Amino acid sequence: MSAPLIEVEHLTMRFGGLIAVDDVTFSARPREITAIIGPNGAGKTTVFNCITGFYKPTAGRLTLRADREYLLERMLGHEIGQKAKVARTFQNIRLFPGMTVLENLMVAQHNKLMLASGMTVFGLFGLKSYRDAETAAIEVARRWLERINLVADADRPAGELPYGAQRRLEIARAMCTEPRLLCLDEPAAGLNPRESAELNELLISIRDGDGIGVLLIEHDMSVVMQISDHVVVLDYGRKIAEGPPADVQRDPAVIRAYLGTDEGDPDA
Amino acid sequence: MGPRLQHYLKDAGLTALVAAGLAFFIVGFRTYDIGKGLTFDYQFVDLGIAVVAIFFGRLGLSLAADGHDWPALVLGAALGAVGASPIKLPSTFLHWFVGLAGLLVVLRTIWPWANRGLAAARHSPRGVPVGQAIAKWLGAGLLAVAVVMPMTPLADQKTMDLAVLILTYVMLGWGLNIVVGLAGLLDLGYVAFYAVGAYSYALLSTQFGMSFWSVLPLAGMMAASFGLLLGFPVLRLRGDYLAIVTLGFGEIIRLVLLNWVDLSNGPAGIGSIPGPTLFGAVFAETAPEGSQTFAEMMGIPFSGNQRLIFLYYIILALALVTNFFTQRIRRLPVGRAWEALREDETACKALGINPTNTKLTAFAVGAMFAGFAGSFFAAKQRFISPESFTFIESAIILAIVVLGGMGSQIGVVLAAVLLIGLPEWFRDLGAYRMVAFGLAMVLIMVFRPRGLIAHREPSVRLHPARRAPVHRKGLA
Repeated sequence: MSAPLIEVEHLTMRFGGLIAVDDVTFSARPREITAIIGPNGAGKTTVFNCITGFYKPTAGRLTLRADREYLLERMLGHEIGQKAKVARTFQNIRLFPGMTVLENLMVAQHNKLMLASGMTVFGLFGLKSYRDAETAAIEVARRWLERINLVADADRPAGELPYGAQRRLEIARAMCTEPRLLCLDEPAAGLNPRESAELNELLISIRDGDGIGVLLIEHDMSVVMQISDHVVVLDYGRKIAEGPPADVQRDPAVIRAYLGTDEGDPDA
Repeated sequence: MGPRLQHYLKDAGLTALVAAGLAFFIVGFRTYDIGKGLTFDYQFVDLGIAVVAIFFGRLGLSLAADGHDWPALVLGAALGAVGASPIKLPSTFLHWFVGLAGLLVVLRTIWPWANRGLAAARHSPRGVPVGQAIAKWLGAGLLAVAVVMPMTPLADQKTMDLAVLILTYVMLGWGLNIVVGLAGLLDLGYVAFYAVGAYSYALLSTQFGMSFWSVLPLAGMMAASFGLLLGFPVLRLRGDYLAIVTLGFGEIIRLVLLNWVDLSNGPAGIGSIPGPTLFGAVFAETAPEGSQTFAEMMGIPFSGNQRLIFLYYIILALALVTNFFTQRIRRLPVGRAWEALREDETACKALGINPTNTKLTAFAVGAMFAGFAGSFFAAKQRFISPESFTFIESAIILAIVVLGGMGSQIGVVLAAVLLIGLPEWFRDLGAYRMVAFGLAMVLIMVFRPRGLIAHREPSVRLHPARRAPVHRKGLA
C-alpha cells in the first residue's frame, strides 16, 4: 500500500444552520480509484467543492502530498489546479461550448503554454520556443482525443457534441492539466450502458496508465462496484462506512442509508 | 386551404379591427389651429386606407407563415405596387405605409427561402465553409479599398472626413471587441479610456510640447493603467452588474474632466492641440519657426486635403495594428483563456487559470487601444472637451461590436460602416434620418440575431480547414 495522496481530516462545511459535511475523515491513494457514494444530499459534491477550492471549509484539513505538502484549504481556487494539480469535472458538464474540442484541451494546458509564451511576449513575436511548445500541446491534445475517440470531431464546437462525448471530453480536458488527483463528479450520469462501460475502461486506463489518484462521486453502483478500489459512504454529511467495495456493499449501515429503516432513524 | 382561408380572413379582420380602434383617434382626427383656438377635421379616408392595408398585410403574413408562398407574394407585390403607384392616396405617408407593408410581406415570404439557400451553400463542394471564405476575401478586399481609396478622385474632403471617422470607430470597435467579444466582459464605459488617451495627448502636447508620436505609446499606457484601475473593483462582478459599474466609471471620468478645471480646463475644453507630424513636417499652410510644412518638404503645392489623407493613413495603420494584435493574441494562451472565461468562469478556475489576471489583461489591453484612438482623436480634432466623451459614444461602440457579431473582426468593420456611415448617407431623409437608422438597426438584429458575421474561426485546428469532417450531415 502506497502512502496516501490526499488526506481529508475532520472536514466540516456549514452553510448557516445547515451542516452539509460533518467531521468527515478519509484518504485517497495514487493509482487507486476512491469512490464517494451516498444518497442524494449526503454532501458528496460539497466535499468535492472543498477539495477543489470552490468552498472554503468551515473546519478541517485537506493535505495533498506530492513533491511537497499542499494545504488545499489555504489555497486560492485556481491555485489548487495550477500548483497542487487537482483537476475536476462537474456534475452538470461545464465545457467551453462555443470553442472547439481541440481548443478546450488547449485551454486546459494554459499555465504550461503561458510560461512558454513568455507571458504572451514571446508568443506575440512568434518565437520558435513558443511555437514548439504549442505543437507539443496540440500533440498532447491529439493523444487524448485518440483515447476518448474524438479525433474526427476535434474542430467542432464542443457544445455540438452528443452528451456522452461531452462527458468524455470533460475528463480529457481535466487530464490535460496533468493532474495528480482527478475528481470526477458523477461521470456516468446520463450515459447508456455501452457508454458507461467505455467510461469504466477509460477510468481504469487513467488509474493504471497515468498512475494518478482518482476520486469519484457516483450513483451508478455498477460503476462503483466494478472499478473502485476503495469506497467512502456518506449520509447526511457524515461518513457511515469505508472500505473495499465488497465489504461496503454488505455493511448494514449502508443498506439502511440506501433502503431506509422501519424506524426511519438514519443514526440507528 | 378552404377552411384555413376562413381562419386567415377572420384573423386579418380582427387585426384590422384592433388597428382601427387604436388609430381611430390618432389618425382619424386632425387638429388645426384657426387663430382663436383649435378645431379638428376628419381623416376617415386615410384611416380606412391604412386599415385595409393592415388587413391585407396581416393576411399576407399569415399565408407566408403557413407556407402559402405564392398567394403571399402576390399580395405583397400588390400592396407594394399600390404604394409605389401614381394612384393618388391622400398623403405621401400612406404611400410609404402601404409600400412598406408590401415589402414586409414579401420579405417574410422569401426569408425561409433565403435561409434554406444559405444553409445549403454553407459548405462548398471542396468543404470550405462559405462564410469563412467570404470573410477572408471580404477582409482582403476591404483592406485594398481602404489603402487605395485616398488616391482615387473619390477622396474629396467630405468623404475623407467620413472615412477617418469610420476608421476611428473601427479601431474602437476592435479594441472593445477584446473586452466584450473575446473576454465576455460587458463594458459600458469604454469611452472613458478614449477620453484618457485624448486628454493625455492634449495635455502633454500643449503643456510640455511633446509630439504626437512620442505621446502615442504614453497615452496607450495611461489608458491601460486606467483599465487596470477599473478592472480591480469589478473583478467579482459579472454580466449586468459589471455593465452598471463600468457605466458608472465612464461617467466618473467624464465628470472629473468636466469639474477639475485646473487640469482639464473643464467644459471649455482644450484647444489648439498640434496635429501629428511626418518626420517633423507639419500639415499646415505655413510652418511655425524652425520646421517645414509637408508641401515644402515634398516640393508640391499645399492642399487642405493632404492633412486629411495623412490622418487617414495614421488611423488606418493604428486600426490595422489593433486588428493584427487581436488576431495574434487570440491564438495565444491568454487569448484562449479570455474566450474560455467568456464561456465558463467556473470551469476556468477548475483548470487552474487565474481569472483575476486574465480579466485584468483583457481590460488593460482593450483600454490601451482606446487610448491610442483617443490621442489620435485629439490630434485630429485639435480641440477636445468632455462633451465628446458621453455615454452615447460607449453605446455606439458597443452597438458596433454587437451588430458586427461578437468577436468577429470583419463584422466590426461592416457594422462601423453601417452605424457611422448610414446616418451620414441618410441625411437626405431629414427628420426621418434617425428613424431610418433605428429601423436599420432593428432589422439587422431581427434577421441576424447573432450579429452580421456570427462565424467564429477556431484559434487552432487539428485538421486543415480544407478537409471538412466526414461525418457532417448535408455533405455530398
